[in-house]
Amino acid sequence: MAEFNLPKNSRLTEGKAWPKPAGAKKVTEFKIYRWNPDDTANPRTDTYYVDREDCGPMVLDALIWIKNKVDPTLTFRRSCREGICGSCAMNMDGKNGLACTTGIDECGAKGKVAIYPLPHMPVVKDLVPDLTRFYAQHASIEPWLKTTTPAPEKEWKQAKDDREKLDGLYECILCACCSTSCPSYWWNGDRYLGPAALLQAYRWLIDSRDEATGERLDDLEDPFRLYRCHTIMNCANACPKGLNPAKAIAEVKKMMVARQV
Amino acid sequence: MLSNSSMRTPLGRVRGLGSAKSGTGHFWLQRVTAVANVILTIGFLCVVLSLIGKPYGAAIATLSNPFVAILMLLFIVSGAVHMRLGMQVVIEDYIQHEGLKILAVMANTFFAIAVGAACAFALLKISFGG
Repeated sequence: MAEFNLPKNSRLTEGKAWPKPAGAKKVTEFKIYRWNPDDTANPRTDTYYVDREDCGPMVLDALIWIKNKVDPTLTFRRSCREGICGSCAMNMDGKNGLACTTGIDECGAKGKVAIYPLPHMPVVKDLVPDLTRFYAQHASIEPWLKTTTPAPEKEWKQAKDDREKLDGLYECILCACCSTSCPSYWWNGDRYLGPAALLQAYRWLIDSRDEATGERLDDLEDPFRLYRCHTIMNCANACPKGLNPAKAIAEVKKMMVARQV
Repeated sequence: MLSNSSMRTPLGRVRGLGSAKSGTGHFWLQRVTAVANVILTIGFLCVVLSLIGKPYGAAIATLSNPFVAILMLLFIVSGAVHMRLGMQVVIEDYIQHEGLKILAVMANTFFAIAVGAACAFALLKISFGG
């Protein structure tokens, strides 16, 4: 059955509450998921208090503040701090997003912010999920231009309106917010490719320069790979770039029907 | 079944047994029966509402009209097919154990056919004179 309970050794316990910063006037409470593969303890949620007057406005600023000033063992991924690398994707106040583009005040309406790793993925440590399968799913849709016609001397040409069809697709940064927000991906992530990989699949299906459209559709035509999408729309809701993977998947389904009916 | 051991490459695991090259038929039939059900349910409700409070004889008289009987029969077939397809998706979503899943998908087919056959038999019996 679908797993509604976590395995025994994954169940959350209450962790440590770190001291409040001395003399701080404006403090926000952060409850953060912690798990260390090097000991046998269950995951826990540690409580931290961030001095907002000493810290930037984004959730990532708060995490860096905690790591620098309170607890250097807190582990998370981050790089660009401007929403283009996709490294700091995590679950903040129950919604997936990028810590660098999510304001603390956006998600801490109740004066506290709960932070967990992306849902339903194996955890490497603390807020770092294992995205190996997610990347393999992206690789499996062969995200590159495939042609049989010999390459032209200069570039492959594309009409302006055909290029416009790639807008809303090429901007994906593979942060995994969408796929890990999808219940269908939670239950059947081993066979369902998930919204991120399918959005990329559509990006190549709709590319006027690509000559492998039929083979790409053949590879996707599967009750699990494609048809596990039930238009729940969590993906579109979660995407920090404002893309709509559910619509891209619907377009792929339309292509499937169009070549049969 | 294919091994899922950690020695397999992630891409090998994702590719698994490859694409089933099917699923569109299931998807399309679910949409077709959904559209059919919208129309047929309206007809079905009209027939049922027209018979409220009437005796068994009136039901026999109504259902022996070929147009009404055929409408009801189509409603049964379309409904049973749609029910089977929808339930199959739910089973595939939530039952992860392979053996159990196959059994449930099979039982689902049997159930839909049994319900459809029972309804069709009852309808025909009444249509041909009760």
